[in-house]
Amino acid sequence: MPRPRIVMSMDEAVAGFADNSSLMIPGFGPGQPTNLLAALWRTPATGLTTISNGVGFESADEDLKGLGDLVMAGRVTKVIAAFTASTRPSRTGTAEALVANGTLKAELVPQGTLAERIRSGGAGVPAFYTPAGVGTETATGKEHREFGGRTFVMETALFADYAFIRAWKADTAGNLVFRRAARNFNPIMATAARNVIVEVEQPIVEAGEIDPDQVHVPGIYVTTLVRIPVGGVLHINRASGMAVRQTA
Amino acid sequence: MAEEKQPLNREQMAAVLAQNMGYGWIVNLGIGIPTNVSNFLTPEQEIVLHSENGVIGYGRLAGEGEEDPDIVNASATQSVTLNPGAAIVHHADSFNVIRRGMIDVTCLGAYQVAPDGSFANWKITTEPWNNLGGIGGAMDLASSAKQIYLAMDHQTRDGEPRLLEKCSLPVTAPSGVTLVVTNLAVVAVRNGKFILEQHAPGYSAEDIQAVTGARLEISPDFRRVSV
Repeated sequence: MPRPRIVMSMDEAVAGFADNSSLMIPGFGPGQPTNLLAALWRTPATGLTTISNGVGFESADEDLKGLGDLVMAGRVTKVIAAFTASTRPSRTGTAEALVANGTLKAELVPQGTLAERIRSGGAGVPAFYTPAGVGTETATGKEHREFGGRTFVMETALFADYAFIRAWKADTAGNLVFRRAARNFNPIMATAARNVIVEVEQPIVEAGEIDPDQVHVPGIYVTTLVRIPVGGVLHINRASGMAVRQTA
Repeated sequence: MAEEKQPLNREQMAAVLAQNMGYGWIVNLGIGIPTNVSNFLTPEQEIVLHSENGVIGYGRLAGEGEEDPDIVNASATQSVTLNPGAAIVHHADSFNVIRRGMIDVTCLGAYQVAPDGSFANWKITTEPWNNLGGIGGAMDLASSAKQIYLAMDHQTRDGEPRLLEKCSLPVTAPSGVTLVVTNLAVVAVRNGKFILEQHAPGYSAEDIQAVTGARLEISPDFRRVSV
């Protein structure tokens, strides 16, 4: 079986990332490819189109640089997300001002529609009909159709040049296992991109060590694996706001 | 002697939402006041909580020392516990549960609601559609859940009513709301009408009508909330 490339550093994993690429970024609280994003920040890559749940915030910590920082640095030309602006009058979101002045394009999508657009991209299905958003501004200008007396709106699939993935476990064949709610967008994004780069929490094990019945994403989708090295970020402690790091 | 006026706090509003859930329901709790509902459900209710991020069968909020960084509710930041029998799915499968119509009720925060069951919770301006806002899973939930319960303050910080004849903000769904729990009242939404069911301690129907932007019909069973 062809095997994914296994590299030893985040910088190596994202080396050669092409300008003007589209990038899928999972995460809903947990499950974010934090270390790959920080590595992408260190490259000169620009002109990105990103697909993610939200647009995020800026971080002062170099190890936590992510989508919000790339957006504010002008390196993203378009965001596709379920949250593009703050819903609190007291807090203005990262992207809002840039969209308002025309330097950033945005595509606001209901979250289930976003997930289904990604799954469709990975499933080879070009479009689908959903009830979400019918009768709201998000359905403006889109094709509507009735099925069984109910109105649905047509939405189209998403497929990207890259997906950055956060997995709990992986084997050398690229098979992936996710943990708890860190799964979120990871499995579907891993199927909907040409280059799938995966940061892994646990040591990468030999092919065969993960039971085939327990695999969440088969390795044939995976391009590159990198284990989060000692000192790399596992997650953010929500009480302290501090990064919890890989220790061994 | 009249009782002192005492608006409900966020926990009490969550407790009222919990009282309005039936045995064995599958329930989705949105960001804000609704995520607190998981602390007020009783084991006898046998509620299954579903979250957009793919957690099915979570329980109360995690206490100190119980937090697992990989188990959160719809807020994406609050740690929750898993009940025995819990299951995890990915994001697309999680919305399968929603669109297929398995959610008995979704509890959401909102800015505005109208007697036709429409509500607004994704955009805080009336600017024309510009792809800015925070929808999250609200539109998917609102389009397909069997019922929508809202938890919201009765008025804006500036004292403007949030219960209106028609939403002035862009709607999240054109219909579907059946119950509104505010800091002052519990209002059922039925047949194109707001029906005032319960009041916060010390508030009369007249007090509540005075800060409401639509006509309230008073339920024959109008009573004080019990929380």
